[in-house]
Amino acid sequence: MIKAILIFNNHGKPRMSKFYEHYTEDTEQQIIRETFHLVSKRDENVCNFLEGGLLIGGSENKLIYRHYATLYFVFCVDSSESELGILDLIQVFVETLDKCFENVCELDLIFHLDKVHNILAEMVMGGMVLETNMSEIITQVEAQGKMEKSETLTLLFICQSMRQSQASRFSSKIS
Amino acid sequence: MALKIVKGSIDRMFDKNLQDLVRGIRNHKEDEAKYISTCIDEIKQELKQDNIAVKANAVCKLTYLQMLGYDVSWAAFNIVEVMSSSKFTYKRIGYLAASQCFHEGTDVIMLTTNQIRKDLSSPNQYDTGVALTGLSCFVTPDLARDLANDIMTLMSHTKPYIRKKAVLIMYKVFLKYPESLRPAFPRLKEKLEDPDPGVQSAAVNVICELARRNPKNYLSLAPLFFKLMTSSTNNWVLIKIIKLFGALTPLEPRLGKKLIEPLTNLIHSTSAMSLLYECVNTVIAVLISLSSGMPNHSASIQLCVQKLRILIEDSDQNLKYLGLLAMSKILKTHPKSVQSHKDLILQCLDDKDESIRLRALDLLYGMVSKKNLMEIVKKLMLHVDKAEGTTYRDELLTKIIDICSQSNYQYITNFEWYISILVELTRLEGTRHGHLIASQMLDVAIRVKAIRGFAVAQMATLLDNAHLLTGNTQRNGICEVLYAAAWICGEFSEHLEDPMQTLEAMLRPKVATLPGHIQAVYVQNAAKLFATVLQKHEGETDSQAAQETSQLLIDRLPLFVQSANLEVQERASCILQLVKYIQKLQQKNVEVAEEVTALFAGELNPVAPKAQKKVPIPEGLDLDAWINEPPSESESEDEKPKVVFAKEEPKHYRSRHTEVDEKELARRREVRKQEQANNPFYIKASPSSQKVYDAPGVEHIPVVQIDLSVPLKVPGMPMSDQYLKLEEERRQKEKAERKKKEKKKKREKRGKGRKADSGPESEEDITPAHQVDIVTEEMPENALPSDDDDKDPNDPHKALDIDLDKPLADSEKLPVRTHRPEVLKSPAEDRDSKSVPQETKKKSSKEKKEKKKDKEKDRKRSKEEKKKKKKHKEVEEELLESQPEEAVQSEETKEAAAPPTSTSAEEVTAPSSAAAVDTSSAAAPESEPDEPKDTEPEDTKSSKHKKKKQKKEKEEKEKKKKKRHHHHHHHGDAGGEDSVQNGTVEEEEPLPPMSNYSLLAENSYIKMMKEDAEQVYDIQGNHQDESKVVVSVIFENKSDSFLKSMEFNVLDSLNSKLQRPEGAGPHDGLTVPFQLPPGVSNEARFVFSVQSIVMPQKLKGTLTFIVKSDESSTHEKLDFKLHFTCTSYLITTPCYSDAYAKLLESGDLKGSSLRLEGINMPFHHLLARICFHHHFSVVERIDSCASMYSRSIQGHHVCLLVKTSDQTVSIDAKCDEPSLLGNVLDEIKQTFSKC
Repeated sequence: MIKAILIFNNHGKPRMSKFYEHYTEDTEQQIIRETFHLVSKRDENVCNFLEGGLLIGGSENKLIYRHYATLYFVFCVDSSESELGILDLIQVFVETLDKCFENVCELDLIFHLDKVHNILAEMVMGGMVLETNMSEIITQVEAQGKMEKSETLTLLFICQSMRQSQASRFSSKIS
Repeated sequence: MALKIVKGSIDRMFDKNLQDLVRGIRNHKEDEAKYISTCIDEIKQELKQDNIAVKANAVCKLTYLQMLGYDVSWAAFNIVEVMSSSKFTYKRIGYLAASQCFHEGTDVIMLTTNQIRKDLSSPNQYDTGVALTGLSCFVTPDLARDLANDIMTLMSHTKPYIRKKAVLIMYKVFLKYPESLRPAFPRLKEKLEDPDPGVQSAAVNVICELARRNPKNYLSLAPLFFKLMTSSTNNWVLIKIIKLFGALTPLEPRLGKKLIEPLTNLIHSTSAMSLLYECVNTVIAVLISLSSGMPNHSASIQLCVQKLRILIEDSDQNLKYLGLLAMSKILKTHPKSVQSHKDLILQCLDDKDESIRLRALDLLYGMVSKKNLMEIVKKLMLHVDKAEGTTYRDELLTKIIDICSQSNYQYITNFEWYISILVELTRLEGTRHGHLIASQMLDVAIRVKAIRGFAVAQMATLLDNAHLLTGNTQRNGICEVLYAAAWICGEFSEHLEDPMQTLEAMLRPKVATLPGHIQAVYVQNAAKLFATVLQKHEGETDSQAAQETSQLLIDRLPLFVQSANLEVQERASCILQLVKYIQKLQQKNVEVAEEVTALFAGELNPVAPKAQKKVPIPEGLDLDAWINEPPSESESEDEKPKVVFAKEEPKHYRSRHTEVDEKELARRREVRKQEQANNPFYIKASPSSQKVYDAPGVEHIPVVQIDLSVPLKVPGMPMSDQYLKLEEERRQKEKAERKKKEKKKKREKRGKGRKADSGPESEEDITPAHQVDIVTEEMPENALPSDDDDKDPNDPHKALDIDLDKPLADSEKLPVRTHRPEVLKSPAEDRDSKSVPQETKKKSSKEKKEKKKDKEKDRKRSKEEKKKKKKHKEVEEELLESQPEEAVQSEETKEAAAPPTSTSAEEVTAPSSAAAVDTSSAAAPESEPDEPKDTEPEDTKSSKHKKKKQKKEKEEKEKKKKKRHHHHHHHGDAGGEDSVQNGTVEEEEPLPPMSNYSLLAENSYIKMMKEDAEQVYDIQGNHQDESKVVVSVIFENKSDSFLKSMEFNVLDSLNSKLQRPEGAGPHDGLTVPFQLPPGVSNEARFVFSVQSIVMPQKLKGTLTFIVKSDESSTHEKLDFKLHFTCTSYLITTPCYSDAYAKLLESGDLKGSSLRLEGINMPFHHLLARICFHHHFSVVERIDSCASMYSRSIQGHHVCLLVKTSDQTVSIDAKCDEPSLLGNVLDEIKQTFSKC
């Protein structure tokens, strides 16, 4: 099981957090701070695994992270997950983000938190890995994006027709 | 309506959206908190607006703020509103927000049940997907119970996208509602062989997660997984399966043997490191499970170790780390194979990566032997000096102590060396582990009698140099060792060379700066030292010195009497008075030493840590029984008794030791000797190298000549390194001596069991520098030798420890939405169905009774029951409160009008058939035996059913309750009829369950049941005038043959059309997406598009299928009629009373009315029936009058005013479409004419 997925930047500012167990907002922030503290002091060329922090689950859990430019992607997992598998999953996640945002950068994540969540939801569900095939993930994300777009288009269409009818009513009044 | 949308979208242009919010926060870096609080105020305003777009935008911003750590739970209700939007865009925002901030304590969650259910059955797969994803984050036990069946149905959805999500979420459902595991498991198992790899992987994932916690229940799946492992090419799936096997093998060694070969093949063939690593891990697990010594497996171990070595040597730090991790698993069972890689592991200790160093440390633990312990510890001590961070250094410190103290100091040959190490460790600055070192010092000094002299000398040095340890406040952690030092010096003061000096050191004024508990020990042990000094001086008849000592104490102790610490104060003043008294006696030249020493006479024995737990409870003593009635419920229940025991416990066991008499001691010594003789690790003394030391009560303890060339007196810094050299020399000497002895054909036999061969130095050849008697820890005499590691009783996974191979009992079916009786419903069934809630009610009242009874005995359980009761109540209430689709926890699924074919013969087979059809979707097929029409067998049937149910409960509850249950169930059966006849039923009475599955058609091969078309959607967008209706049909195979190629076809009418896939002609049938083995049933959904909804419709259809038996296969067909009632086009829509009033005032609505005579059911039943069967919601209810509202899928408003007096019910109705209203009223009339 994956217990939490955190994205924060080099200064520890959270960019996305997804907890698969309930914590209060304060504890969540504490966990993010603690995790950042643990992860940030590690050198670049050391291993990507870390004995879990004290807050999430304790000794049974592991932090598996990757550092990309300004962002840390941290997965907190228990012993049932394969360490190398999760590392691959992080890679898939980041590549998917890259495809969906076209050259993803930190700003994309900041301004489109909901989209990041939606992409993640196609990969991990309730702490369990749902899909690891990148093209499948992208297909589903795009299909949902299309749906959203068509809905907003319909809305616009209705708006337009309303405006027209209003206008015609208005003109009929005048005449 | 549309106007509102426009208005909303214009409003929206002025609102901040998420991007604006983020930008704003970034622009207000200085006063971020202030800016956000104004934003939250804005959001609150936005949430107050009616427009859903504005609300969704606000909720989206809240999601962002939640991530930043702001509590947004106040907006929970608004989130629910956004979730229930019909637009996917908003729905998704709502579900995302809910998944981020809802949890079990969120009270609005219970409002979401119906919304989620609606979304789950949405024709749009992404609505369903979003709902599943959201639900996976905030599922509660109630939601799990109510939705389990819906989710289970989705597991057979036609879209793999939904299937895989439904499969995954089942794990969460199981956790929250363990009862669902058994009924859902067959289908879950089926999904292991799903054609879609994603679904398969999800199923593997869920089962692995389940099996990890309770592996024994999943052993029967091993062959299936084995097949998957050899056939699958998906690495994710393989990894999961291989991990699962790792959990299963310890339970079934035969499985392990089978696994070795394919795993070895995988190890050789795979290029994926992750897979390789997991294979190695599982092979290790297999090897551990196979009792070692299987010769043909040594190759496997070699293979593993060799692969791991490659990993460790890899430049990739991750592989290195994992290699070490796996290595430590091998270590436990095959230490020899790992020890040969000691060089590699020691090398890893120097790695720059802390994670890797820590893993290497773990490995060291298992690699030490008598031979290399000193060498390894020396290396670790070097690291301690070099270590930069305190965490790693502390880790090193604990590891050193762990390594040395493991298995009763098994590897320590020279305790002087160990004490020196401990003393050296006290030099660590700022360590947290002072107490650990202290407890080691105490343990060694107490248990290794031979070392006491040396230990005392070292401790005296420590005390003398206490300023080195306490000088710096940063070193506070380490001053704990002074506690041990003081105690050791006091307790074993007879070994002190210069007790006076130590006494002075202990009474220095600086001691007062130490923590209280240490000072207390100082004071107490100063008294012990005092006794020793007195004895010494009186022995030398040096009364002057003795009196000086007393004076010293009298001078110094007042400092402690003033201490703020109560313990110190008390001890100091006692001792001060005592010393004053002694001084008086001394001045009279009375010899007091003897008596003072007697104060501290007697030896303390170490007590095993588990000793208290192992004291058997005397018969008749119930520790859980209340001594006094607990005061009130509000006080925390567990706390109180615990405190009582915590206080009493130490008292008990201290007294145990003072009472030990001589005889007992002798007996224990005998036992201990016996034990030692049987202990292979206990090294017997060789008489040649020991001096006999005669002391009463002490065994022949060898005493070592302390080499005085060792500079013991270096303050606080004994040189442990010296021992290494000494040890080398000693071993050499010993070896030579032994050889010499050998040549002389030794006259004396060496110690029992000691080998004396002169081969290369082996483990056993290393004799300890001095024989030690490691005093075994004391245990109560008749301790039970149980070693049960108690599991955490709060582990949620414990509830999932369920036997999955047992056939599914009727009573275990998932709660299904209560179903509506259909047109053809027989009165007998209706009656039967009545008995069900009756029973639930009985149950809850019974629980009430039980609660009272058990209150004193088990408060916790009663609390649970209360909760349960509450749940029952909730269900009832919800039904009342216009939530007609709410599930009632009834297992029965009644369906209409089965021909009276089922006889008692069929009943006999009922349990077994129920077992056979465990792949069934809903409960429908399983309830088949419940269906006979004639009342006679029906009654026996239902009582039989109850018995079955009762059986299950028997398992769960205690046996003594069984009788009561029995009684109640039978009562419940009879009560079914009562409730119908008895007009005056109390308000609390639960509602009769209502069924909405009706028989569609049936022949000897197949039975079709239709769920009342309740999933009605109005499709968004341009199809304004067309609505869609989803019909669920359950197909059940009644024959012994296999049914396949089922095609479902309906003759379309002008008004209603079956939705066919693109490209299909208007007369083509729809292929049913499954096949039916004998006895199995499954559910399929068909979508119809309907244009006008004001009239009920009937559609003729045919189902064609192929019956395939062993000999032949025939084409068969079955005709049926689909009936769409007008009510099925109504959607339950809540309406507020003011809006309702406005609607009625508007005057657009046309009226009609209806009178029903002879209705003798309680009013709330009546309302619930209308709500449930006809999709209305109660707007307002005053006494025996209620207003109700519903809306059609095409937006017609339907308002009812229901009044009742005596047995007459009058319904005044208004609707903007008179023909629709007329039809609905007819249908209502029909419903009530049936009861």
